[in-house]
Amino acid sequence: MVFDVLNFVGKISINTCNRVGNIGLFFQDAIVALFSTKPKLKKIIYQMYFVGVSSLTVIVLIGITVGAVLAVQSYEGLHRFSAERFIGPIIFISMTREFGPVLTAIMVIGRAGSAMTAEIGTMKITEQIDALQTLRIDVQQYLIVPRIVGSTIILPFLSIFCSLCGILAGFFMSVHVLGINPEMYMESVRENVMLSDITNGLIKAIFFGVLLSLICTYKGFITRGGAKGVGIATTQSVVMANVTIFVADYILTSLMF
Amino acid sequence: MIEIKNLTKAFDTKKITDNLNLTIKENDFMVVIGRSGVGKSVLLKQVIGLIKPDSGKIMIDKQNIGKLDKKELEQVYKKCGYVFQFAALLDSLNVFENIGITLLENGVSSENVRPLVMEKIRSVGLSKDVLKKYPAELSGGMKKRVGLARTLMLSPKIIMYDEPTTGLDPITVKLIHELIQKTHTNLNATTLVISHDVEVFKYAKTVSMLHDGKIIYTGPAKTIWECDNPYIYQFIRGLGEGPIKAII
Repeated sequence: MVFDVLNFVGKISINTCNRVGNIGLFFQDAIVALFSTKPKLKKIIYQMYFVGVSSLTVIVLIGITVGAVLAVQSYEGLHRFSAERFIGPIIFISMTREFGPVLTAIMVIGRAGSAMTAEIGTMKITEQIDALQTLRIDVQQYLIVPRIVGSTIILPFLSIFCSLCGILAGFFMSVHVLGINPEMYMESVRENVMLSDITNGLIKAIFFGVLLSLICTYKGFITRGGAKGVGIATTQSVVMANVTIFVADYILTSLMF
Repeated sequence: MIEIKNLTKAFDTKKITDNLNLTIKENDFMVVIGRSGVGKSVLLKQVIGLIKPDSGKIMIDKQNIGKLDKKELEQVYKKCGYVFQFAALLDSLNVFENIGITLLENGVSSENVRPLVMEKIRSVGLSKDVLKKYPAELSGGMKKRVGLARTLMLSPKIIMYDEPTTGLDPITVKLIHELIQKTHTNLNATTLVISHDVEVFKYAKTVSMLHDGKIIYTGPAKTIWECDNPYIYQFIRGLGEGPIKAII
């Protein structure tokens, strides 16, 4: 019984180490390709457009709703202690430090990350990636680097959009629905919000951009087993990328704030 | 010349190639035959370096490709062309972009690539009307021809075909075979074809048979129908009885 448990734990540990190692090697190949060959600017811009435009609407919607909810929830709590004047900084800091980057990453994973896995996975099972190799095309530079670079560049901008929508929605709710004095709201924001609240949130977004695109492209790249395999890889990539984002968020928050 | 020595590859416990030995001489037109699922495509993919063998050597012009890194493999690919079973055209690119992809990705302008693509598309018997079409708009035979045209863009010395006539009607099969023959002659290339199709013997110089992970026969294609090897005899006539066991 004890040996069975140890065997099980050992297998899981080895598999996890293997996976992390393989993703690391995959990322290393992408980095080497990025700096050793001429970057495909058109492809990078297309990926920025694809990730950005496809996710923008949903990010704006999520930002607005989260900002409004934050206003209502914070008001409920702060009102008990007559501390409503802090509602502005709470919304601002929550959006820029946490909700902006994290919600953006989650939405991009669902919207664009899954598409990356499905597209690369389909190319893998239909031998298109093998064909690229035999045609002397650097697969990393052609398929992987534009997606990682494009996502990494565009994610901070999407995060700004999300935070901005949340902050504006929070302001609107606080002032026009909850009856908070707008001057007091703004003054409190000026007093309590620091530039690092914004910049650190953007740094998080950059990290999330690298992580989500890396995981989603990697999962596509190792797809096997036909249409079913593409479906499984896509689901796995979404789950794995989301979990990684939350873990990375905790680590980065611990380090930065 | 391609020399394969003691090549072994297993997936889980199943050996696909088992100490396999095969030599393909320069300018030869060799057909490798064998039953479905016997590992012909895996053999070809090992030769081109897409699958790493577990052991053994594959020498292409005296270079052991199993030991080459990514950059060195690229040099081998300069000599080799590979035509995939289902063409493996990039479905997000049109025919022009598919055929010219290597040059376009290396920074050559579309204007300079166009005449070369036109030449190749004509050489495989297609008209310029297909250039703007996407792979999904092409028939199976057209896809195979576009796949061949794409391979020919690199003027390879060695061309490998993975079941080039699978799923095609007899007339298109004949056209594809003639195209392979024409390409072989024009480029003076070493040609290696994986096929089930006995019609290809009319065009080939040598026939090898893969069975149970080994090459069990190699001989001239012209006299294949007179061959008394029991495996060849059974296979090319499609007989139910013989040393090759039926898979039900």
